[in-house]
Amino acid sequence: MRKIGVFVCWCGSNIAATVDVKQVVEEAKKMPGVAYAADYQYMCSEIGQNMMKEVIDKHNLDRVVVAACSPRMHENTFRRAAEEAGINPYLVEIANIREQCSWVHKDKEAGTEKAIALTRAAVAKVTLNSELVPGEIDVVKKALIIGGGIAGIQSALDIADAGYKVDIVEKTPSIGGKMAQLDKTFPTLDCSACILTPKMVDAAKHPNITLHTYSEVEKISGYVGNFNVQIKKKARYVDMDKCTGCRICTEKCPSKKAKSEFEEGLKNRGAVYIPFAQAVPNVPVIDTDECIKLKTGKCGLCEKLCPSNAIKFDDKDEIITEEYGAIVVASGYDIIDLNKFGEYQYDHPDVITSLEFERITNAAGPTNGKFLRPSDGEKPKKVVFIQCVGSRDKTERGKSYCSKICCMYTAKHSMLIKEKYPDIEAYVFYIDVRTPGKNFDEFQRRAVEKYGVQYIKGMVGKIFPEGKKLMVHGVDTMSGETLVIDADMVVLAAATKAKSDAIDLKRKLNISTDINNFFTEAHPKLRPVETASAGIYLAGACQGPKDIPETVAQSSAAAAKVIGLLNKSKLVNNPCVSAVDESLCSGCLACTEMCPYDAISYKNIEIDDHGKKIKKVVADVNEALCHGCGGCTVTCRPGAIDLKGFTNKQILAEVDAICH
Amino acid sequence: MSLDTNTNVVNKNEEFKPLIVAFCCNWCSYAGADLAGTSRLKYPANIKIIRVPCSCRVNINFVLRAFQNGADGVVIAGCHPGDCHYSTGNYHTRRRFSLITNLTEYIGVEKERFKVDWISAAEGNKFATVMNDILEDVYKLGPNKKLRDARWKI
Repeated sequence: MRKIGVFVCWCGSNIAATVDVKQVVEEAKKMPGVAYAADYQYMCSEIGQNMMKEVIDKHNLDRVVVAACSPRMHENTFRRAAEEAGINPYLVEIANIREQCSWVHKDKEAGTEKAIALTRAAVAKVTLNSELVPGEIDVVKKALIIGGGIAGIQSALDIADAGYKVDIVEKTPSIGGKMAQLDKTFPTLDCSACILTPKMVDAAKHPNITLHTYSEVEKISGYVGNFNVQIKKKARYVDMDKCTGCRICTEKCPSKKAKSEFEEGLKNRGAVYIPFAQAVPNVPVIDTDECIKLKTGKCGLCEKLCPSNAIKFDDKDEIITEEYGAIVVASGYDIIDLNKFGEYQYDHPDVITSLEFERITNAAGPTNGKFLRPSDGEKPKKVVFIQCVGSRDKTERGKSYCSKICCMYTAKHSMLIKEKYPDIEAYVFYIDVRTPGKNFDEFQRRAVEKYGVQYIKGMVGKIFPEGKKLMVHGVDTMSGETLVIDADMVVLAAATKAKSDAIDLKRKLNISTDINNFFTEAHPKLRPVETASAGIYLAGACQGPKDIPETVAQSSAAAAKVIGLLNKSKLVNNPCVSAVDESLCSGCLACTEMCPYDAISYKNIEIDDHGKKIKKVVADVNEALCHGCGGCTVTCRPGAIDLKGFTNKQILAEVDAICH
Repeated sequence: MSLDTNTNVVNKNEEFKPLIVAFCCNWCSYAGADLAGTSRLKYPANIKIIRVPCSCRVNINFVLRAFQNGADGVVIAGCHPGDCHYSTGNYHTRRRFSLITNLTEYIGVEKERFKVDWISAAEGNKFATVMNDILEDVYKLGPNKKLRDARWKI
């Protein structure tokens, strides 16, 4: 007979207020196999855990059920406590009577009844639990960073400084990301490039860091400690070893029709181009869609002019395979498409996005830092900023969330204008001003009080272009008046959104995204940089809108997690994996077809069948590759495969107990 | 009195306390249930959850056993197609869904009593809605008597 201990937690009043904890204990005492049952105010506290350990020892308990919060919260806590008391940690089961019970059911009687049912199911399951011992796996001492923006660069530098090898995979030809496009940063008005480009160079020069720019992650397999990653290095058509970065090719290229991505389309670039002056690596790329030579076979001017023979038109995409122990996803964000916001006339050249504004005001940008209208190159007199374009917009065209950074960068933009040209009038239409951050509110107030930027609480209804002017029709909700401002330029603070290829990447990585396609952390408060997949971490705006200080903080946090992981010589494996009963296996191998991880293969064995030796084929599970989904157990016709920790018998016992 | 019959129906319905067994995958739907909990979204206590690693872990036997033991409805909930923590597990669930629906209907259990749905970890709201919906369907159908094993719960 089992000697099961049941511990019912009050969780303060979280459980005790809507579940009669004492009654659960009384009922638990009657359940088969239960030798001891007690309740305590906070089971997860040290006192609670110690109490559990003492009771296990005193009553010689061999199995434990904790009726408390979600196992996703404290399963490990109680497993560890049980282990310290000398019980195998997998002999512990949790009945989730908080998230599934006290928090969702008001009726105390019904809640108590359900709590008893859930506890009964856990007792029934734990009765059938067996001791499980995790296997050990090696750790590849190398990390992969997906994305070479400030998030990826910071993570890479931190990991590399700790002595581990790091590869950065960046999709575009240069690292730097969105931060490289910015002019100044809030709230200090630091020059963005001045603080970023040294870091970019550090990353490129670091002996532990390898940059794979113009490259994409093609396929990821494996598991924590042993990820196997295929990286597609797109054909650059320029030999990175030979190129000296002299830029003769980029200057002489006759094809100049392509819009520069880095300049947000405000300037053209050649078919062979370096995205921006401080790009790392400082090696050009040939755009296959624009190159005359690649399209028609004529031209090839760059090849003829290159003093170091670095141009190679026969370059091909290359796929390399690398092994990593951990992965940091730092793939960044995009801004929304403004085509659906017809009232703001984004197709008018003088209506620009904030990112375009950054380029126009940047000394290295298309206007050399002079604030000029894109339409005619004239200096504007009145500039209107519109915030929340698509942010906090519940309609289908927008995003329901707050993009977080726009209030601050709009204050920054208006300040930059007034600093350079005090005669320009700046207006900001806003819904709310949100500036929670160190020195943020002070910064925004400075824009209003010191620079005289006019903040108008209200939204813009429509913009009508009239001659050279843009007539901005809006409402001042404070005075209730409708306003018309004859602006020369309009800057739209467009909502941030998840990268359009986030879904694709999430499928490759097997991690999850929220309803807005931002990557989801394992726990919003306690595990903010981890994903639910072991060994994969998040940094920066791929998780949600974030400013630079937050991004850098999170990147270093992700790096700390990676270093902690790579520092281990061995990792313990999840022991809840499939096991084959060879005597039942018919060798049909349907399970191998079903397994998403190719964890099941087959082997030839010899069995003794009533004194006769018979050779047969049976399924064979590789425990290091098995993730424990249990799909094979259902596919198996003779019922020869079972999943440890979630066996057929255990689940059926739970069903029986719940239907009691 | 004609009203009496009506009252009887209502009383009968009030006496009927359906039991719904919900198999939830650990990564999405169980987390969705947790979110429903942390968000304090109310749903009836008739829903009882069994945690499985993946929705594809749910054997048809588990479903039949639940009906046999007196469950009035069974839900299998997993990650959205394409979002499975184990890449492809829920595609197998999806195929089995039609199989199980046909089978249960064939043996006399109304197909409305069995449901497969996709609930992500971010969809606490959807969790509550799906559970409320199946409960409503089950209320309309009344107790499951067809497959119920008379020996169970004497």
